[in-house]
Amino acid sequence: MDYLFNEQQKMIQDLARKIAQEKIKPVTAKYDESEEFAWEIMKVITDSDLFGVYIPEQYGGLGGGITEMCIVAEEFSRACGAIALGFAGTGLGTFPILLYGSDEQKKKYLPRIAKGTIAAFCITEAEAGSDAGSIKTFARKDGDSYILNGTKQWITNAGEADIYTVIAMTDKTKGARGATAFIVEKGMKGVEFGQKEKKLGIRASATREVIFTDCRVPKENVIAREGMGFIVAMKTFDSSRPGVAAQAVGIAQGALDEALSYSRKRVQFGVPISSFQAIQHMLADMATQTEAARALVYASARMIDAGVKNVAKESAMAKLFASDTAMKVTVDAVQIFGGYGYMREYPVEKYMRDAKITQIYEGTNQIQRNVIAANLIKESIKAE
Amino acid sequence: MNIIVCIKQVPNTTDVKIDPVTNTLIRDGVESVINPFDAYAIEEGVRLKERFGGKVTVVTMGPPQAETALREAISLGCDEIVLVSDRKFAGSDTWATSYTLSCAIKKLGDFDIILCGKQASDGDTAQVGPGISTHLDIPQVTYVKKIEEIKDSKARVERMTEEGYDIVETPLPCLLTVVKEINTPRMPSLKGMMRAKSAQVTKWTAADIECDPKSIGLDGSPTRVVKIFTPAPRKGGEMIKGETGQVAQELVQLLKDIVI
Repeated sequence: MDYLFNEQQKMIQDLARKIAQEKIKPVTAKYDESEEFAWEIMKVITDSDLFGVYIPEQYGGLGGGITEMCIVAEEFSRACGAIALGFAGTGLGTFPILLYGSDEQKKKYLPRIAKGTIAAFCITEAEAGSDAGSIKTFARKDGDSYILNGTKQWITNAGEADIYTVIAMTDKTKGARGATAFIVEKGMKGVEFGQKEKKLGIRASATREVIFTDCRVPKENVIAREGMGFIVAMKTFDSSRPGVAAQAVGIAQGALDEALSYSRKRVQFGVPISSFQAIQHMLADMATQTEAARALVYASARMIDAGVKNVAKESAMAKLFASDTAMKVTVDAVQIFGGYGYMREYPVEKYMRDAKITQIYEGTNQIQRNVIAANLIKESIKAE
Repeated sequence: MNIIVCIKQVPNTTDVKIDPVTNTLIRDGVESVINPFDAYAIEEGVRLKERFGGKVTVVTMGPPQAETALREAISLGCDEIVLVSDRKFAGSDTWATSYTLSCAIKKLGDFDIILCGKQASDGDTAQVGPGISTHLDIPQVTYVKKIEEIKDSKARVERMTEEGYDIVETPLPCLLTVVKEINTPRMPSLKGMMRAKSAQVTKWTAADIECDPKSIGLDGSPTRVVKIFTPAPRKGGEMIKGETGQVAQELVQLLKDIVI
């Protein structure tokens, strides 16, 4: 299907696809096995200018938006959903600065990110997942700075990233209005990282704890202002969800590509299995669902780029549908490969393992349904 | 440092089809790309620029559509592009091609190094690079796998041989043809791709490069292609089986029959 990308977007797509096919695909299995962070690929992405696609031109980027980010995330994920996270997770860490950062903060951090500095977003804690309101990391005001204490869990890109946007409580009595967003840099005193987590999928993505022990952060590093932390986080997620959805679409497409090609080569009963209607119908469903998910991704991305104010429902729909699709399509791809699909020597089981996380992170799909329903009901009340 | 890179646009296939009547390549329906060996020359040119400063000018002789290959070179970090194109160049062999390119290079003016791929993937002659250096009367080093040092108007390079490599020192300006061991070509950058889109292409005809009209195109080409054909595949050898002594005797007898 043609999404009527403009010339620059097509150029971005071509380049991202070329990098995915020629550079990422050949090393996908190696990094999945070693669980290392693919710095060699991050360098290729940096040199190709793709880290800056969604960063404004005045801050050293290419001036694109969520659409451009989704294009890149999709193409990279088609080869490897884990390596793609070096790029996409950086986007998540960057959005708070892009959306709410001061001009000084943008000038200081965005050009570095456009040149390949990895970023990370820190909200989740051991006891604060879907219930983000119960975070315990505390930032105590002390003169011209804040002292951070607490532990963030399962942080994508942690340890590899230089720039962290962190949500911490500044006033425990105010609940959601007592949270504040900070920019913390690796190397600041009191920032440490936990062990690298061992995961089911996206194994080449680094996931660690970020531990703050009396970490002094200057007040210039507060994003927006004190008490705005949850708004910053929620609006960040509204903008970032199409990116996760694009990652899911890429994973689904990558698995579909493999399944389609395998079905034409695999001969049983004297004919390629692609000649069986049972396989054909599976492939048809996989392709249709992937395309529908992609349509939601780019429709929601365009809404955000056009400046539509409330995009929570649409971006949640894109994330929900695309990640559920990725799970289903990758399971079916393994099924088409049969016994070979279950073997790690073949590429599809990795797509299936990588797909699962897209239903969980950046808001579980149950939370996405809550968001969608809440907005539906709100709209319905308004219309009365 | 002024670096010139000569490239050729070739069909993107290793399965080249030949028109049996005209004995020329059938290009229809085949995507055109930068000759893979020339990609290493482009990358090395850009790396030299990054090491020593200066600029990289890319020259190609070919039909108007060769402009696409030149623009791609811009996306890979080159600075200026020159398309030498004229119907009068049609039918050029390696002699006429290298003469034509040398005229274009003379018109470009001062340079320090000319880089070429070791050969083109379609013609596979490996003659145009050395031909250019001969026409320009400058030293050449072929099959270069590493540029060790450039200093005091001299270059020290490693030339690949079948057994290993030679270290060769040459005064500048010189011409080097490079092998794939020399580097790993980079991916284009987005900013490069945008520059490529709007880049100015210098287009020169036969009249522009002040060449001898009798030395270009088919008339300037001493080579005559009589026939191009795919050689019949070699038949497998004959296996002699049996006891060692008996086999040896049989083999000696066979050799005697053939040689004597």
